[in-house]
Amino acid sequence: MSATGRPVSATGQPVSATDQPEGATGRRAGPAPDSAARRPLLDAHLVADHRGFRLDVRLRIAAGEVVALLGPNGAGKSTALRALAGLHPLTAGHVTLDGVDLDRPDRRVFTPAERRRIGVVFQDHLLFPHLTARDNVAFGPRRHGLDRRAARARAEEWLDRVGLAGYARQRPRQLSGGQAQRVALARALAVDPTLLLLDEPLAALDARTRLATRTELHRHLTAHRHAALLVTHDPLDALVLADRLVIVEDGRVVQEGDAATVTARPRTDYVAHLVGLNLHRGRGDGHTVRVAPELTLTAADRVDGDAFVAFPPSAVALHRQRPDGSPRNTWPATIVGVQRHGDNLRIQLDGPVGVAADVTPAAAAQLRLVPGQLVWAAVKAAETRAYPAGPARPE
Amino acid sequence: MTATHDAAPTGSATAGPQRGGAARRRAAAGRVPAALLVPAGLGLLFLVLPLVGLLARAPWTTLPQRLTAPGVLTALRLSVQTATLATLLCLLLGVPLAWLLARVEFPGRRLVRALVTVPLVLPPVVGGVALLLVFGRRGLLGGWLDDTFGVTLPFSTAGVVLAEAFVAMPFLIIAVEGALRGADRRYEEAAATLGAGRWTTFTHVTLPLVAPGVTAGAVLCWARALGEFGATITFAGNYPGRTQTMPLAVYLALETDLESAVVLSLILLTVSVGILAALRDRWVTGP
Repeated sequence: MSATGRPVSATGQPVSATDQPEGATGRRAGPAPDSAARRPLLDAHLVADHRGFRLDVRLRIAAGEVVALLGPNGAGKSTALRALAGLHPLTAGHVTLDGVDLDRPDRRVFTPAERRRIGVVFQDHLLFPHLTARDNVAFGPRRHGLDRRAARARAEEWLDRVGLAGYARQRPRQLSGGQAQRVALARALAVDPTLLLLDEPLAALDARTRLATRTELHRHLTAHRHAALLVTHDPLDALVLADRLVIVEDGRVVQEGDAATVTARPRTDYVAHLVGLNLHRGRGDGHTVRVAPELTLTAADRVDGDAFVAFPPSAVALHRQRPDGSPRNTWPATIVGVQRHGDNLRIQLDGPVGVAADVTPAAAAQLRLVPGQLVWAAVKAAETRAYPAGPARPE
Repeated sequence: MTATHDAAPTGSATAGPQRGGAARRRAAAGRVPAALLVPAGLGLLFLVLPLVGLLARAPWTTLPQRLTAPGVLTALRLSVQTATLATLLCLLLGVPLAWLLARVEFPGRRLVRALVTVPLVLPPVVGGVALLLVFGRRGLLGGWLDDTFGVTLPFSTAGVVLAEAFVAMPFLIIAVEGALRGADRRYEEAAATLGAGRWTTFTHVTLPLVAPGVTAGAVLCWARALGEFGATITFAGNYPGRTQTMPLAVYLALETDLESAVVLSLILLTVSVGILAALRDRWVTGP
């Protein structure tokens, strides 16, 4: 997953000048990735207050880049999106798009939503129920000065691009959830926004539609030459669709980086849970990290000082007796929960540290793993990663 | 600091609806307590019986002559015209006022909302007197209107429209404000992100979304205006052809010729019920 070399012909349709509304910026040729990295298309420091909650998030998105804003419910993702779109004023900080300040309270600059070149795809599509699919898509171009005929032509072109050419005259309620979301995507893209915001675009869909729509969305995001921000609480959406993840909790960025870094080196419980790792914090001393007064874990990596230790549940082995051969990384624990997890069982353990372990049903039956049972847990050092718990930002 | 996997139980035991719940609910719905059924039936009877009386006493044999009698059609036409004009006036002024009440936070909004509903509780005759005090020749505005534009509102057809609008406007405002409060404002935000300013959003998104509410309000408003009596007779008088609407004609006929009053009532009833039914089928779809 990289931000470089985004093709513009994913639909098999070359991007022509007619795709651009009047006054489009000179970015249509697709910027060189290195220059884009130096000057982000979107540069925002979002400080906003909403019902006693404070959001303070820095966001930079380069041209052609798709960034996922990932976080649990109530983390401030929606407030961030609304602040970018101009639907929620900033308390402090700034929103700068393509070098122009859109919102900067200290300079009393505020551009209302209707004058920002920012498109939004809303969670439950919010297609206007009284308009046909075509007129929904034509709504934006009409507001941007196209006459009815040209706007409708643009709308039909976009419906064709999202594979819904035959649905132009359908009303939103006659469309399925996936189709409606594709029309909503076409509607947002039809005005060629410099920044595209997607607010949980797949959350309202059922599992099957979700898969197909995610694929479709990926195709269009890849084709979109400008910046895109995807707000989601689903790590899969973020990993599939985005080049870079920004993870927020309680209104703050707790971690950001590409998918590989985030999945290998989580920095908070929330992220560890998302990527399915056990995460503990402790003091590192060479190859060992003390995670609890009575427990020191040995890791493959060297780390000193404040450090994280992460290992997958599959790296945890359970024994009825204390294992003989490997004295390292073993500790007594109590089973507090047993759940199905794919083909395996996920065992929740309490002890010096709380840990999840994956075992096969056969092993679980053999060991008679039931809640309340005392066991010995063992973690392989080779599958344990240790890394400094420094600042949350990469490098 | 520890990190464990969330141990939230998937809870297969608690998932799924309880079996037999739907059947039990249906059975429960079948038992209607008599304490509710009896007054409900009486209430229905109370509402329907006067209409039955009207139909029973109608002079069906002489109906054709009476329908074409001079004055009847004139009064009917005047009633429909003034009620329609009053409804248009209410829409023109009432919808923006409802929008203001529903969408803009301003000091004294509660007071304004209370003032708007005053005509609902005010006896219409008092409303008529109040209108006279403002728009009468020596009223607060009436004198100025007369001097400047030569416009005299009391005892004119325009006065009828004004009196009807005064009494009927709260119905429209309450209906439209309710619809606006119930409408999903995120559609308006979606319109804004697509480049629509406030006015365009109002005309292209908000109004179509609340159209059923506006229609329902307009229908109520029209029905109320059609039946208006007290404010009209006080403010506009009772001049046949100019200010004598159907309710006024019914009242006048009642003093001289009961049968005529019945016929006029029947016409008014037929027209209002007919139009309400037609509108209901077309626009005012129930929940």
